Amino acid sequence: MKERYLLERENILAPLLLFPVVIYVILLVGFPFVMAFVYSFSNVTVGNPDYKIVGIRNFIDIIGDKVFQKSLGNTFIFTFVSISIVLILSHILAEVLIREFRGKWLVRFLILMPWTAPIALGTIGYLWFLDSVFSPIDWILRSFGLLGSPDALLGPMSNMYWLGRPGLAMVSVILVHVWRLLPLGTVILIAGMNSIPREILEAAQVDGAGYFRRLFNITLPLLFPVIGVTVLFAALFTFTDMTVVWVLTMGGPPPHSTQVLASLAFLKGIQGGDLAQGAAISLFFFPVLAGVAAIVLGLVKKAVVT
Amino acid sequence: MLNRIIIRGGFYGALVFFIIFSASPFYVMLITMFKRGHDLFNPNNNPFFFNEPITLEHLDLLFTQTLYTKFLLNTFLVGIAVVAITIIFAVPAALSLARMAGRWGENLGIGIFLTYLIPPTLLFIPLSRVVSTLGLQNSLWSLILVYPTFTVPFCTWLLMSFFKSIPREIEEQALIDGCSRINAFFKILLPISIPGIITVIVFTFTLVAHEYIYALAFIQDSGEKTIGIGMTTELVRGDVFYWGALMGGALIASIPVAILYTLFLDRIISGLAMGTAKR
Amino acid sequence: MAVVELIGIKKYFGHVKAVDGIDLEIKDGEFLALLGPSGSGKTTLMRLIAGLESSTEGKIIINGEIVNEVPPRARGIAMVFQSYALYPHKTIFKNIAFPLVVEGLNKESIKKKVLWAAGLLGIGHLLGRMPSQVSGGEKQRVAIARALVRRPKVLLMDEPLSNLDAKVRHTAREELKLFQREIGVTTVYVTHDQAEAMGLGDRIAVMNEGIIRQIGTPEEIYHEPVNTFVAGFVGIPPMNFIEQDSVIIGFRPETFLPTELITDKDLMKLRFRVERVENLGSYRLIYGTIGDVKVISNLSLPYPIKEREEYDFSVRLQDIRYFDKEKGVSIKK
Repeated sequence: MKERYLLERENILAPLLLFPVVIYVILLVGFPFVMAFVYSFSNVTVGNPDYKIVGIRNFIDIIGDKVFQKSLGNTFIFTFVSISIVLILSHILAEVLIREFRGKWLVRFLILMPWTAPIALGTIGYLWFLDSVFSPIDWILRSFGLLGSPDALLGPMSNMYWLGRPGLAMVSVILVHVWRLLPLGTVILIAGMNSIPREILEAAQVDGAGYFRRLFNITLPLLFPVIGVTVLFAALFTFTDMTVVWVLTMGGPPPHSTQVLASLAFLKGIQGGDLAQGAAISLFFFPVLAGVAAIVLGLVKKAVVT
Repeated sequence: MLNRIIIRGGFYGALVFFIIFSASPFYVMLITMFKRGHDLFNPNNNPFFFNEPITLEHLDLLFTQTLYTKFLLNTFLVGIAVVAITIIFAVPAALSLARMAGRWGENLGIGIFLTYLIPPTLLFIPLSRVVSTLGLQNSLWSLILVYPTFTVPFCTWLLMSFFKSIPREIEEQALIDGCSRINAFFKILLPISIPGIITVIVFTFTLVAHEYIYALAFIQDSGEKTIGIGMTTELVRGDVFYWGALMGGALIASIPVAILYTLFLDRIISGLAMGTAKR
Repeated sequence: MAVVELIGIKKYFGHVKAVDGIDLEIKDGEFLALLGPSGSGKTTLMRLIAGLESSTEGKIIINGEIVNEVPPRARGIAMVFQSYALYPHKTIFKNIAFPLVVEGLNKESIKKKVLWAAGLLGIGHLLGRMPSQVSGGEKQRVAIARALVRRPKVLLMDEPLSNLDAKVRHTAREELKLFQREIGVTTVYVTHDQAEAMGLGDRIAVMNEGIIRQIGTPEEIYHEPVNTFVAGFVGIPPMNFIEQDSVIIGFRPETFLPTELITDKDLMKLRFRVERVENLGSYRLIYGTIGDVKVISNLSLPYPIKEREEYDFSVRLQDIRYFDKEKGVSIKK
């Protein structure tokens, strides 16, 4: 009798259905996650898989490494600057896109494209955009006389060499990050704005609050959790990304002007075969990840409670 | 009156600015893929329009002289396999989390979602060892094995919120009407959740098309590459860039992915948000 | 048809005692109304009978068979949910047919049975529509048709009328009673609406805090409440209570009348200070105090009453109920 209806019982069926996912996650996320820690304290390389634990030597080595310091700095700069710009621009863009107008679906599609299209492919467009000779941006600058004539504002050379000069290469990487994250930020912001009850804004309007008063006293405070989540996700995303740098500059121009932690870890761990050092570098994502996870957890718990 | 004109002007100004900012790389891709080499490689020519008659030579090169179609096919194959695995893993798990598990299930659900936050750049070094131990390097199977690490957690969460949005009573009614739990799921819950499952399929597909880092780390064989790494490593040879083909290839692969993603974006966002709501 | 027996049923959700020890026998063909305030455990009790919850303790017996471990589908029950729980992706026909399809009947007999059930409920013309295309009242009929089509041993209904608007609700109640009699199916009907319970139930079980406070015919429940909870819960407005020495005295508002209007000699006279009069057409509700206790009179006879004045009111001794002051249980006097 009991056996016949075994699959009806929640306390048996529920774990049974979860079992495959849990096993999979443990094997291919949990286990590698632990191995990342183990590797970082070892001397493992691709050629020498029989490794032994060497303590914190890898960390001492990389912290003393100028390239690592440069990469860490770049990672923070790219993340901080991109997110700040995205935060401002996405508010303006959300204000525009929340209105109704003709052809909105097409505009929406075009504006979302940097996020919805694969970033590696989108970045290829920027390779041409920022090309050392044929850059369309340079062409515009030349057309306006800002570049390429003896007394031009940006110099007498015919090109900016965006990806060839350290400062401009950093600007380029940030540009692509902003370009890519802006749609995401905007979409989440619009979802948040739509969730603010219209009555509240109308009540404020009736009470005589002007646009900016409503923005700063009502809209922004109510949006704060949404903005917070967006910033966290975007920050984690940018901080750990290497695709943009890899496709655009390969970390260059030398010496490592746009190298970031992720690309450095790839360079050392995969291409250089030094798994231990690569793992140690990528472990620097862990505190950021843990911080974001903790905050997301807090938010989720709160959302579940209310 | 003047006020309104300024507001309207500001609105359209901002609109045009953002459209140009977001779409111009794709627009230039579109122009470049049809431009004659002679037109393209003259720095004084307007890069935003055709200065000479258009040509299909770049597309011809792309489809006949390069592995482009192979890259597309590989991406598609990996996509199909990962979608299948994701559905098989995520649907039962989401069902369990949405319907049956109690307090511990809620925590486990959040735990599974958090694994989605772990960036590939933290895992690719140990995973590359796993892949080579299994002898899967340079094989599409390596991607099929690893991609579910991010698609399954995300889709479990998404599906869980879809299942939660279906009243529990509908399922209980099915139990009373003579179904076993499994039957109630296949006959009632699953047909009602088809929109949610389609969303998951589409999203898994776009995630696969977007992925770059694992593919870069695991695959070096030209013939086994997926679209992202294939384009950026095979068509960019040293200093010789096949610009027309490169632009065309990037655009042609981007558009279907972007269309699918855009169509389902709202559902994905609301699904994500709903996952946190009480049932 | 069927007899349902519950023996020592308990259901705890963690620390919450939703059902806290219930013994109950539902007779063959009986219409039992489970009446209680929200959170009283009545819905949980019904879900236990259905098999949607498993009991912490106790036995559930349907027709002599212990069904605690039997899943809902094998219990021979049918249920109508408050929300009707129609399958949104199936037509009305397929909704009603679903239990038969699962059973594996052939197409012929499915069609015959669906048409029978639809005819019984008068929804034959809706069979081709989707649930989203029919009104609330029609949805309710569909849900009942789907419940009856399998000829269940026991029919469970969870507030099936509460989602209908007031006008439809009245006729729906009528019909419900009529065809339940016609089919003679053992029925358990959960409601928080005492008018429904009184009008529909052969017997009423009044529940509170997970236990049955009283079970009996509507007359017994109304006229012989066994404790102050039942007395205070049933009746609109509820029974008046005043304390006298060590007992609580209870009397219904409609028995609390001006002394002049009562011909009987065995009376309890009370000084009634009227605060407010509510004229409701066929009767008046008179709110006021005896001493400092608030009481209500329901007066359907013409008699001049002014607000903020005192009157001589009385209750016939035979209409008075006595309750223990400590435990609130009924005592005979």
